Amino acid sequence: MSLRLTALAVALMLAGSVHAADKIKVGFVSTLSGPGAGLGVDIRDGFNLAMKQLNGQLGGLPAEVIIADDQQSPDIAKQTADKFLKKDKVDFMTGIVFSNIMLAVGPTVFENETFYISANAGPSQLAGEQCNPFFFNVAWQNDNLHEAVGKIVQEKGYKNVVIVTPNYPGGKDAVSGFKRYYKGNITEEIYTKLGQLDYAAELAQIRSIKPDALFFFLPGGMGINFVKQFVGAGLSRDTQLFAPGFSADEDVIKAVGAPMIGIFNSSHWVHDMDNPENRRFVAEFQKEYGRLPSLYASQGYDAALMMDGAVRDVKGKVEDKDALRKALRAKHFKSVRGDFKFNTNHYPVQNYYLRVIGKDAGGRVTNKLMGTIFTNHADAYVAACKMK
Amino acid sequence: MTQLVLEQALNGLQFGLMLFLLAAGLTLVFGIMDCINLAHGSLYMVGAYFVAAAAQAADSFWIGLAAGVAGAAMLGLLLELSLFRQLYKRDHLSQVLATFALILIANEAVRMIWGAQPLMLNAPEALSGAVEIGGFFYPAYRLVIIAFGLAVAALLYLLVAKSRVGMWVRAGAANREMTEALGVHVQGLFTAVFVFGAALCALAGGLLGPLLAVQVGMGESVLILAFVVIIIGGIGSIRGALVGALIVGTVDTLGRALLPTLLRAVLPADAASTLGPALASIMIYLLMAAILFFKPQGLFPARA
Repeated sequence: MSLRLTALAVALMLAGSVHAADKIKVGFVSTLSGPGAGLGVDIRDGFNLAMKQLNGQLGGLPAEVIIADDQQSPDIAKQTADKFLKKDKVDFMTGIVFSNIMLAVGPTVFENETFYISANAGPSQLAGEQCNPFFFNVAWQNDNLHEAVGKIVQEKGYKNVVIVTPNYPGGKDAVSGFKRYYKGNITEEIYTKLGQLDYAAELAQIRSIKPDALFFFLPGGMGINFVKQFVGAGLSRDTQLFAPGFSADEDVIKAVGAPMIGIFNSSHWVHDMDNPENRRFVAEFQKEYGRLPSLYASQGYDAALMMDGAVRDVKGKVEDKDALRKALRAKHFKSVRGDFKFNTNHYPVQNYYLRVIGKDAGGRVTNKLMGTIFTNHADAYVAACKMK
Repeated sequence: MTQLVLEQALNGLQFGLMLFLLAAGLTLVFGIMDCINLAHGSLYMVGAYFVAAAAQAADSFWIGLAAGVAGAAMLGLLLELSLFRQLYKRDHLSQVLATFALILIANEAVRMIWGAQPLMLNAPEALSGAVEIGGFFYPAYRLVIIAFGLAVAALLYLLVAKSRVGMWVRAGAANREMTEALGVHVQGLFTAVFVFGAALCALAGGLLGPLLAVQVGMGESVLILAFVVIIIGGIGSIRGALVGALIVGTVDTLGRALLPTLLRAVLPADAASTLGPALASIMIYLLMAAILFFKPQGLFPARA
């Protein structure tokens, strides 16, 4: 009797695997509490907005998005991923903000042969030697935005440049990304404590150097503290500030306000980009959440659209991993940033733009698109990736 | 060069006074009530949010500051009456657990009310620039913080050293049972001290808002520094908090300003750029260890 039941169950399972899935499950784990929550919340809101526009479906199938908070802890993220993979049996995972968490969770997801669509974290490891057939990044490789700043500082011909960044691996990566395209003179590299509050000592040093340009990468609250104090010290009269997009996006602007005006920064997306997809995204995001979307929100939105396009292309047969991978690679969706392609390491080959912070027609302080820095730019690690 | 040293000394003074505003309330609560309040940093955060919200609503920094400080004092009163009163009798572990829970509750409550993204709080227009003093430009707003810090220090000195309430406070810090036995209404005194500490927190949060990010979790990073200050200064001593804060502020600022340059003179550039920032960031902890080694009670122990 029990043997017959088992046989029946197996038969049903086999039958199920041939047909298309009747439901798509997405495991969304992100940093939704603690000091880093602003980024995760924006990715989630962007993702949810896309799901709403898709009527809660992915590729025409009903979809369930399970959202969990990793509290910015690699351990908690890994436990959550285990639950998503083993208990909920999700078809996709996404959401992680920080690269150290991504590197901790990655192996578990890949061993389980589940696709991870990164809406933010783009560590160099996963772009190079450890690139994986089950990992896609829909945002950028971590170095890209720093490279773009290096390029523009080089192009504008600055000769006396100071760099400020925290003394941790992300800061060192930012400097190496910047230096990859800026070949001029760097007068001083200032490394600060991670989570530093007061920058008076560094500002006095900068004042004595009188640089004509300053590149800073200070994530989160550090960047807010630095810009407020930099402008308060009157240094913005002599020194032009440059930052990667994530140090000068809407979340930071909202916290600092007018002192941000005039900062040049780099991004793969700007909220005033003129294409129909982006106009719709920005308008509906503002209507839904009452604030301008940040680049993180655009990435979360694109991640959902990417899944939708791929599931539709394979007609819901998500069990066929090879077909699904092919569909993901082919990018069956229109991104809010305009067109781009996936490289062999599953990272984007895309344009990077120069943005400047100023007042818009309504008097609001925000980013404006200034021009293109890189066209169809790939990352520096793709050569080390042996993925077929 | 002298200008740079002068400017850095001023920076150290300003950073120290900013720490003093926080440490003053913490040292009183810890010293007098023997209560470890990890949520002190949360009061600072909530105070900063109150000030930012009120400043945006009133479109004036100063009105916002006054309203925010008053609001935080009210919150302090509620907390003391409802929670802390129960905690004084408990051991330190219970206090740590309860106030740590309070940190988590405060962080999530602030996020629910104001959202996950930092709030804007900028200095009044007139103070947002830099002024020239002694041949160099110094941010006007930092001078305001120095003025506030000195004023609070003077006020606390008068209150604690010269007034009758201050006498009770000092007596309470030195020997609580004896003070109670002498007929001082200690419970009321505790409430007053706690509320005053909460108001100082909000003042610090509001004043520092234009220099620092007003965001969830801002309290934890300064809490550690405030604890270092009161441990160096001696728990329960206002004078200790002032001296400790100035030492920490100066050592931290000068360490960051001078160490990398000095190291570069004796080490290869590569090693210096790695070692300098690392060493500068642990300077104050080395200092704390050294002071605890020679004076385990801190520089100015309240309990003789």
